[in-house]
Amino acid sequence: MRVKRQIGQALFYVLVAVLLLYTLFPFYWAIVSSLRSGQALFSTDLIPTDPVWENYAAVFREQPFARNILNSVIVAVSVVALSLLLSLTAAYSLGRVRFRGRGFLLMVVLAVSMFPQVAVLSGLFELVRILGLYNSLTSLILSYLIFTLPFTVWVLATFMRELPKELEEAALVDGASPWVILTRVFLPLMWPAMVTTGLLAFIAAWNEFLFALTFTLSNEMRTVPVAIALITGASQYELPWGRVMAASVIVTVPLIVLVLIFQRRIVAGLTAGAVKG
Amino acid sequence: MTATTPGSLTGAEDRNRIGGETVGRLEQRRRRAALLFLLPTVVALLLVAGWPLLRTVYLGFTDARLGSTEEAAFIGFANFGYLLTDPGWWQATWVTLKFASASVVLETLLGMVIALVLNAHLPGRGLMRAAVLVPWAIPTVISAQMWGWMYHDLYGVVNTLLVGIGILDAPVAWMADPDTALWAMVAVDVWKTTPFMALLILAALQTLPTEIYEAARVDGVHPVRVFFRVTLPLIRPALMVAIIFRALDALRMFDLAYVLAGGNPATATLSVYARQNLVDFQDVGYGSAASTLLVLLILLITIILLTVGRVRLAADTR
Repeated sequence: MRVKRQIGQALFYVLVAVLLLYTLFPFYWAIVSSLRSGQALFSTDLIPTDPVWENYAAVFREQPFARNILNSVIVAVSVVALSLLLSLTAAYSLGRVRFRGRGFLLMVVLAVSMFPQVAVLSGLFELVRILGLYNSLTSLILSYLIFTLPFTVWVLATFMRELPKELEEAALVDGASPWVILTRVFLPLMWPAMVTTGLLAFIAAWNEFLFALTFTLSNEMRTVPVAIALITGASQYELPWGRVMAASVIVTVPLIVLVLIFQRRIVAGLTAGAVKG
Repeated sequence: MTATTPGSLTGAEDRNRIGGETVGRLEQRRRRAALLFLLPTVVALLLVAGWPLLRTVYLGFTDARLGSTEEAAFIGFANFGYLLTDPGWWQATWVTLKFASASVVLETLLGMVIALVLNAHLPGRGLMRAAVLVPWAIPTVISAQMWGWMYHDLYGVVNTLLVGIGILDAPVAWMADPDTALWAMVAVDVWKTTPFMALLILAALQTLPTEIYEAARVDGVHPVRVFFRVTLPLIRPALMVAIIFRALDALRMFDLAYVLAGGNPATATLSVYARQNLVDFQDVGYGSAASTLLVLLILLITIILLTVGRVRLAADTR
């Protein structure tokens, strides 16, 4: 009996080890490859020998990668700020006030967040051109609202709904207007939710590829995912894999650090937001 | 699960208990403010989602070209007719359906395993949860590049490992053969999105009452039996919702196919196919029609999944 349990436990730990290896190995391999240069890149030794930083320097030297990172930061921060601002008032309405058509609106918001992006591509392209925003970061900020806004509205509405109604009743009796209630009573309580939602929306905006690929043209306007996707074609005589891996590591490490710091909140935000849309 | 279904937002509304006429007036004021509060979001969504969607559907019925200044002519269902006779479109449809079903099935199974491991009380659980978040945090384009390098036919570590273990006799050009390329894409998608599935299943598992499991243990019921008879039925609604959301996500997949397979027609999904016609071939009308068909396909699959899964997504929405 005891032996059987010990075998079971050992098998369980083997399973855990296999899962850990599976989830972490690709990232480990990217780091190892990014530290290899020249012929060493083609080595498949699992442990890196004499690491070199050449690839990291080359990424910034051979393309406007710093500019690409800055673009991604500008776009993601702007779209998150705009989404949170817009969704704060909308979440109050959808989360706390009863009115006709509210259920319908909620379903529409949910549907928008699940929409295939390519379904709006030609219409958005037209809009971007009419507004004169082609090959500008503004076109990305505008188009990213399509997935960040429904998400922030949903999650904030959920959080707002769970705030105690006594707070609002007391303020109402004191003669506070809905705007005052929202900004003075609820807003201070909403910060944790806004940080979580904002972070998730930031990651989504940071990762976006289709709109960024379609609405920007020049190297200088590209965001990080597009820049990394297009490094490969730089030269057909050398394999720029070392540089691609270096760029990937540069962009991924801050994200992973953020996610690990906020992991509990992220899990809560994902399960609150994702299952509901 | 901490999450509720979408409709329940409307269900749990507070009734004012202050009494009398004031309440009516206050309620009215609140309602008017609510509509005003909604206005910016509604306008923004109409601008970036509603209008572009309507235009895309309309453009699908025209011969619009990218960069052409001429007014596009209405040509009825011609684009749709061409699409249905285009082997490329059928190819993309099959790739999309195969990719989505394989990846959702695999990540549901694997996600279940990871969720059960994370749900067990053992040391290192926090580390494990952090580890599974890593693939989730990596942008799809970057995971595509990472795996693209690992799949490299000459220098890829996947070939080295598989040949080393003895599973393969000789290195395989994973992305060259359409069959292996599709499976290679599925593997990357499963790697990247399983954590998401695992976390949703874990959230569902953690809402289950522990008493049932104690009772089962006292009665000596085999754990496997408990899983199929108790756990699975209890988490089914949450699981179905997670599956539906993952399926919708997989059906619209673009970046992985574009970056990993370079838009190769053999592994192009419907999103890749639509964008290729729209942007690369400058045929906005045809590409828009393809996009519209994708929306219809996704709608159809959602309805099927909702019916088969007996999910009432918005049952109590009024």
